Amino acid sequence: MTLSLERPAPGERSAPPGGGSPRRRTDWRSRLYRWEGRSAPYVYVAPFFLLFLAFGLFPLIYTAWISLHQYRLGSRMRWVGLDNFIWLFTNEKFYNALFKTFTIGILSTVPQLLLALGLAHLLNYKLRGRTFFRVAMIMPYATSVAAATLVFAQLFGRDAGAFNWLLGLVGIDAVDWRNGDWTAQIAISVIIIWRWTGYNALIYLAGMQSISKDLYEAATLDGATKWQQFRHVTLPGLRPTILFTVVVSTIGASQVFGEPLIFGGGKSDGGAVNQYQTLGLFMYQQGWTYNALGRAAAVAWVMFVLIVGLVLLNTWLTRRRQGRVKTS
Amino acid sequence: MQTPRSNSIALAAVALSSALVLSACGGGGGEAAEPAASGGPVELKVSLFGTFGYDEVGLFKEYEAANPGVKIAYESTQGEDKYWPALQTRLASGSGVADVQGIEVARIADVVQNQQDLWTDLRETPAADSVANYIPWKEPAATTEDGAVLGLGTDIGPMGICYRSDLLQQAGLPTDPQQLAARMSSWDDYVALGNEFKASAPAGSAWMDSAGGFYNAMVSTEEKIYYDEGGNLVFETNPAVKNAFDTAAAAGQAGLTAKLEQFVDPGWDAGFSSGSFATIACPSWMIGYIKGKAGDAGSGKWNVTTLPGGAGGNWGGAYLGIPAVSEHKEEAAKLIAWLTAPEQQAKVFEEVGNFPSTTEAIAAVADTTDEYFNNAPIGEIFSKSSQAAPVQILGPNDGVVKNAMAQALLSVEANGVSPADAWTAAGTQVNNQVGA
Repeated sequence: MTLSLERPAPGERSAPPGGGSPRRRTDWRSRLYRWEGRSAPYVYVAPFFLLFLAFGLFPLIYTAWISLHQYRLGSRMRWVGLDNFIWLFTNEKFYNALFKTFTIGILSTVPQLLLALGLAHLLNYKLRGRTFFRVAMIMPYATSVAAATLVFAQLFGRDAGAFNWLLGLVGIDAVDWRNGDWTAQIAISVIIIWRWTGYNALIYLAGMQSISKDLYEAATLDGATKWQQFRHVTLPGLRPTILFTVVVSTIGASQVFGEPLIFGGGKSDGGAVNQYQTLGLFMYQQGWTYNALGRAAAVAWVMFVLIVGLVLLNTWLTRRRQGRVKTS
Repeated sequence: MQTPRSNSIALAAVALSSALVLSACGGGGGEAAEPAASGGPVELKVSLFGTFGYDEVGLFKEYEAANPGVKIAYESTQGEDKYWPALQTRLASGSGVADVQGIEVARIADVVQNQQDLWTDLRETPAADSVANYIPWKEPAATTEDGAVLGLGTDIGPMGICYRSDLLQQAGLPTDPQQLAARMSSWDDYVALGNEFKASAPAGSAWMDSAGGFYNAMVSTEEKIYYDEGGNLVFETNPAVKNAFDTAAAAGQAGLTAKLEQFVDPGWDAGFSSGSFATIACPSWMIGYIKGKAGDAGSGKWNVTTLPGGAGGNWGGAYLGIPAVSEHKEEAAKLIAWLTAPEQQAKVFEEVGNFPSTTEAIAAVADTTDEYFNNAPIGEIFSKSSQAAPVQILGPNDGVVKNAMAQALLSVEANGVSPADAWTAAGTQVNNQVGA
């Protein structure tokens, strides 16, 4: 280190000839320049990493620490080892929540992505008032979960809800959306679909617009119908975009929380037979309804591992697919 | 959306009021010591849940006017089940708590047994003199083993049955409170009347709102509910709990309930005006709730009578406490002593329906009638119910058990779960959570 200091750092102005004191100052300056050159990149990225450390990594690790304790807010933590995890994995409510997260995830994600694809395809045509439709699409995404869910909870009301009124017009008896097992899950899925379809449609639309027009022209010349163009030009071109939306929606679905909480009137039970208690809601119930923060932390960590697992699975599937595309 | 104009008005108001405060302080100088002016203007934060009635009746404004230098910042969370967890977080972190916090009666045992350090002992404050004003059980429930008093009582929840006279008339049942009471000497009679109602009920009207509400009404008449005298959790072996559960579950299976979960289902709120149910177990604080939900159009449709057999009961009620971290304990204690004083309690009952817990106020409201409820003698009905009510044994996890029972009963009436399975599920749920 001391040796290298004798060499002028790149970009350093040569020191003016003179006595000892300017010479010392140059030393000091060159050291500063050098230090700046080396550290600047780290300083530039530091804000993110400091915030990540404080609000990302630390909570993550501290949650793991809490999950090994029995901890009631305001009282002392007591070490219990893996008891919280044993409790969790022997609790049928946990498996119920896992299953409900899965079913609500399927019920909301699949129709949402299919609808988004269809809508994006329509918006891709030259329409009158196209910008209006595109902006209208994103509006639900901009509404708050709470507001949307409160309105939908009224629409799905048993006695005076709009959906039952519509069903009544075609002679179907009033459905008790809230209390039924599947009906409550469908109602919650509808809220999620309503909020996220437009968002995904816009992402698909962006993807579609990056597909070369030449391909469509060539397909038209070959006599391909609109449907054939969609299947053989649009879909393959959209594959990376679709994968992205699938990954994001899967992560979103595994974290569904606000909709079932507010649909249930702010209660964390998720219905009389926990028919719409997702993992997020189950965690909230442990932590804030029952004050068992250690158990809530255990649920949080299991959720984290599940999500990481899902992401890895997705990445693996993508790699395998791409590998196959390359070899063929 | 403040316009510059309203800004300037607000500024002027602030300037004016501070001038008033200053002059008030100046005027008192030299004479008797000014208690409120000791440390300049004080802002007291008051955080409550549901409807305590203070803001509605204008008591905060009245107090501010009578005590220059005290400003009250009031906020309320509608649901207690949301209010309490949020308060717990704030208490644990020691920041964000108000100077005065409401405590529901189902939480008071938890406060007394587990949170003694987080609340102010009111014996050391100006509120100490108020403790003797109450009916015998109210303050002991808020007192720790060491004798520290952690809350001043606001209201209690004596019980009646509220009913829609118009719906009962359509079904050919008596609509007069006395005659209706004469037909109900037990809970079984109440169920029998329900079957009679169902046979000729108007379309879309059930006898009662929910099995959970019915269950809560029945257990509210018991002395021993979820805990015994020794503080042990005995809900699984207490015959009173099992009987109430079975009776409510049977009513649910028989289709006497509207299957509307209380305070949660939007249909429950709407049902007060639409007539989805004809009767509801009615703690005194429900009086104000019904008026709010049924609106002006419901005036004259609702009426109140006594519990079957004239039984006494208690469901709910609350306390006001001062968190230990409050910096204005002295001022806060004066405020809660005034808010819970007999005169104010009587006023709140007459306008909102929350029944007083001080003996003097109870005597003062004995003749109150309510125009909205067909001039029902609500003062008399609830006074009698409170006198006949047993002194309930409270425990720290009352709220957990109560919620599990209500949830299990909803699964019976709405999801077709058998009462036996629902009972087991409720027990498992409670033991799974409280056993930790």
